[in-house]
Amino acid sequence: MSRSKYEAVIGLEVHVELKTNSKAFCGCATSFGAEPNTNVCPICLGMPGTLPVLNRQMVEYAIKTGLALNCRIAEFCKFDRKNYYYPDLPKNYQISQYDLPIAIGGKLDIEIEGDGASKTIGITRVHMEEDAGKLVHQGNIMTTPYSLVDLNRAGTPLLEIVSEPDMSSGAEARRYVEKLRAILLFLEVSDCKMEEGSLRCDANISVRPNGQTKLGTKAEIKNMNSFRALERAVEYEIDRQIKILEEGGTIIQDTRTWDEVQQITLSMRSKEEAHDYRYFPDPDLMPLKIDQAWTERVRASLPELPDQACLRLVEEYNLSQYDAALLTATKDGLEYFDACVRQYPQPKVVANWIMGELARLLNQNNMEIKDCRITPHALSQLLTLLEKGTISGKIAKKVFEEMFQTGALPDKIIEEQGLVQISDEAGILAIVKEVINANPKVVDDFKNGKGKAAGFLVGQVMKASKGKANPEIANRLLNEELSRL
Amino acid sequence: MKLYQQTAQKIGEMLAKKEVTSQEVLEATAERIRQVENKVQAFTTLTLDEAASRAQAVASRQDLGGLAGIPCGVKDNLCTKGIRTTCSSQMLENFIPPYDATVISKLKEAGAVMVGKLNMDEFAMGSSTEFSGFFPTNNPWDLTRIPGGSSGGAAAAVAAGEVFYALGSDTGGSIRQPASFCGVVGMKPTYGRVSRYGLVAFASSLDQIGPLTRDVTDCALVMNSLCGYDQLDSTSLQVDKPDYMSFLHKDIKGMKIGYPREYFQKGVDDSIKDIIKKALLTFERLGAQVEETSLPHSEYALAAYYIIATAECSANMARFDGVRYGYRDDKAEDVEEMMCNTRAHALGPETKLRIMLGTYALSSGYYDAYYLKALKVRRLIKEDFDRAFEKYDLLVSPATTSVAFKLGEKSADPLAMYMSDILTIPVNLAGIPAISIPGGLVDGLPVGVHLMGPPLSEGKLLQAAYSFEQATDYHLKTPVLEV
Repeated sequence: MSRSKYEAVIGLEVHVELKTNSKAFCGCATSFGAEPNTNVCPICLGMPGTLPVLNRQMVEYAIKTGLALNCRIAEFCKFDRKNYYYPDLPKNYQISQYDLPIAIGGKLDIEIEGDGASKTIGITRVHMEEDAGKLVHQGNIMTTPYSLVDLNRAGTPLLEIVSEPDMSSGAEARRYVEKLRAILLFLEVSDCKMEEGSLRCDANISVRPNGQTKLGTKAEIKNMNSFRALERAVEYEIDRQIKILEEGGTIIQDTRTWDEVQQITLSMRSKEEAHDYRYFPDPDLMPLKIDQAWTERVRASLPELPDQACLRLVEEYNLSQYDAALLTATKDGLEYFDACVRQYPQPKVVANWIMGELARLLNQNNMEIKDCRITPHALSQLLTLLEKGTISGKIAKKVFEEMFQTGALPDKIIEEQGLVQISDEAGILAIVKEVINANPKVVDDFKNGKGKAAGFLVGQVMKASKGKANPEIANRLLNEELSRL
Repeated sequence: MKLYQQTAQKIGEMLAKKEVTSQEVLEATAERIRQVENKVQAFTTLTLDEAASRAQAVASRQDLGGLAGIPCGVKDNLCTKGIRTTCSSQMLENFIPPYDATVISKLKEAGAVMVGKLNMDEFAMGSSTEFSGFFPTNNPWDLTRIPGGSSGGAAAAVAAGEVFYALGSDTGGSIRQPASFCGVVGMKPTYGRVSRYGLVAFASSLDQIGPLTRDVTDCALVMNSLCGYDQLDSTSLQVDKPDYMSFLHKDIKGMKIGYPREYFQKGVDDSIKDIIKKALLTFERLGAQVEETSLPHSEYALAAYYIIATAECSANMARFDGVRYGYRDDKAEDVEEMMCNTRAHALGPETKLRIMLGTYALSSGYYDAYYLKALKVRRLIKEDFDRAFEKYDLLVSPATTSVAFKLGEKSADPLAMYMSDILTIPVNLAGIPAISIPGGLVDGLPVGVHLMGPPLSEGKLLQAAYSFEQATDYHLKTPVLEV
């Protein structure tokens, strides 16, 4: 297949659940994982005669998001009814925003392959809407004898964030959503958990021969529940479309679902079967006017965002772009790093420990930084002990693991386990002499010019001291003794 | 005069003076219902037992006044907690809401005694109450005629003496047209004046709840309890609530009244025109300045209304799918079939017709030609009224084109039926308040005079209506239903 002859054009629609205290148009709680149909009221159940009342916090979160994505906030927007029948949609219409969304015309930058190179992805619009409930099937949807309806999620506020078709690979699509997710997490407007469905993503994909300006026929891909699934689904779909074109076929516009088991996309419905949503303005809600002052108040309250934080780490701390990007990938991670640097103002050292040992242990234990038992204070204590030479680097790693498991402070661990580094020269010299006496053959090898022999002898010294001998001193004394022989 | 024939205000006075107890008033009402209900058929549900305990509960209370202890009826599209709310539809035949409409809460606070839910055209779609999913209601003035609609049960019950007042809803004339046909007072307040929370929506941008009463004083009395901002209704107006009773005794000298020529053209029976001309002379005699004016876009109102109302209706009706409440076809093989059959079985033909009209009007490719154009017409009609109210305090017109028609006369001809609302519809499109008051009889059947005012002019409408009422005796005429 000649992928290089084609260009893929990808645009994404991302839905995020906002973590407001209450639902979009009623007072019900929005918490995840409650008993089915307990976070419901006549309004979100769509009972006759009930009316929606707009949640101000949802609007505030939407403004925040719009501003963080460099959008223009509409001074006038409205809500529309999107009509379709589905058992999990209580009113059989969804309150959404159609032609006048709250935010339009933004952008975000993604890094592409390696250090520094970035690409700007346009944001077409951000709009507010309410979520539907959930159907619980008995096994397979096709064979289930009945389905249960859980409306806890019905009416939860959502933002739909629509990108321009500015991406051209699965990797870019993934980077875009990762970046978007980081921004939303920094804003603290959503949990963005793909596996729980609080961040959902649909992709519009088409391909065209290089140089062609007209867009190809697109397919819309749904049901990608992880970053990996997104990247693979996009790549699969690009290849599928190119193959059809290469074989002289034509692409049929359709909506497709990503099949995680088979790792392929499958057609759900064609354009002809597409819904006519019959949007019209919701007469139960007044048009929403957002005055400049409100927008400016929200702008002033925006937290530092990933790009700004990254720049700060590069400029103020002299970290590499790569390190800075890693450290600012999550808000928790950045806060942890900043707290550590406040306590131990050597950013590079802190960065290395966080990206090295800590990242390794978190990964191994499938944990997130917010679950980490090592406080910034504890880490700074450890780094100070290491810097002073109280413990060796090797011991420090051992202590770090202990801290990770138990949450104990390093000085306590060191004291309890007798891990203090021996820097007393007389003591180390005694061990050096013992080692030389016990290994005459290796000493001979050394005299005969075998360089490796010295390393072995240092190792023996460290072993005899149970790793506590200061390696620099041990090295120096050993060399002095050997040269005297 | 028998107790059931009194006005609500008079009953209130008698209760206050302890000339009668709330239980005695209720018993008089119950007795009247027993006598005439089989002829009128105004109620879908009677709640006399609940009414008895409410009457007892308010009997000992001195602090209430106003509507306390006075029996009333409520159109069956207003949600009543624990009492079935059917919208006169098979779909909701057994639907018992777990909540009260805001107006019901307000009535309860005021100590009102609800004796039942009143028949209507299914989901308020109709002008004769013949489209009730249960049975038609008969006009107390002539049982072979319709009472009007969709609040036909409400108007008939008030006229027949079965309740002292009733709450109705008005989307295109559904309070005022039956009020006119039954010889009672019916007011549609300014859009947003009364909370719509708990009113089962037909067309959300047009619906408004209002009173049907024996006279203008009672209308003011009930309005005092109904109005006010409600945070549960985003379209509710945040404005002060006046005491409507305080408007009643002001004269109308110097008031400027216009009568739009478009409301007196062909299609309106001459006998009706004569009644209104006479009414205009009465207003003049009372000191008002009366002159002809024009609302030039009136002829487009009916078409715009039937697009906007049906479009909104098509979405509002979508929730009746058998999934969560109401009727469900339980023989269906899958969920789609269940939803389709549920709606096919339980919704009446007029409701289905309007759902289909509205669905069509909103469909891709037709939206601009129908819905959007209708919205533009709506704006023009609103502007017609705005211009008229720069010059006039109020406008006067007939409420209906004819007297109440015979049962079955128009039910097979949707257009003829729709035309019967042609004089009341523009008011809903403009969102302004209006009232229909008894203006005389034609061949022994009542005819309403329709007064329209600018937004929030309910007080002025009541003032003019009361002056008219004091100068005439039409409101004192009652139908003869004796056994």
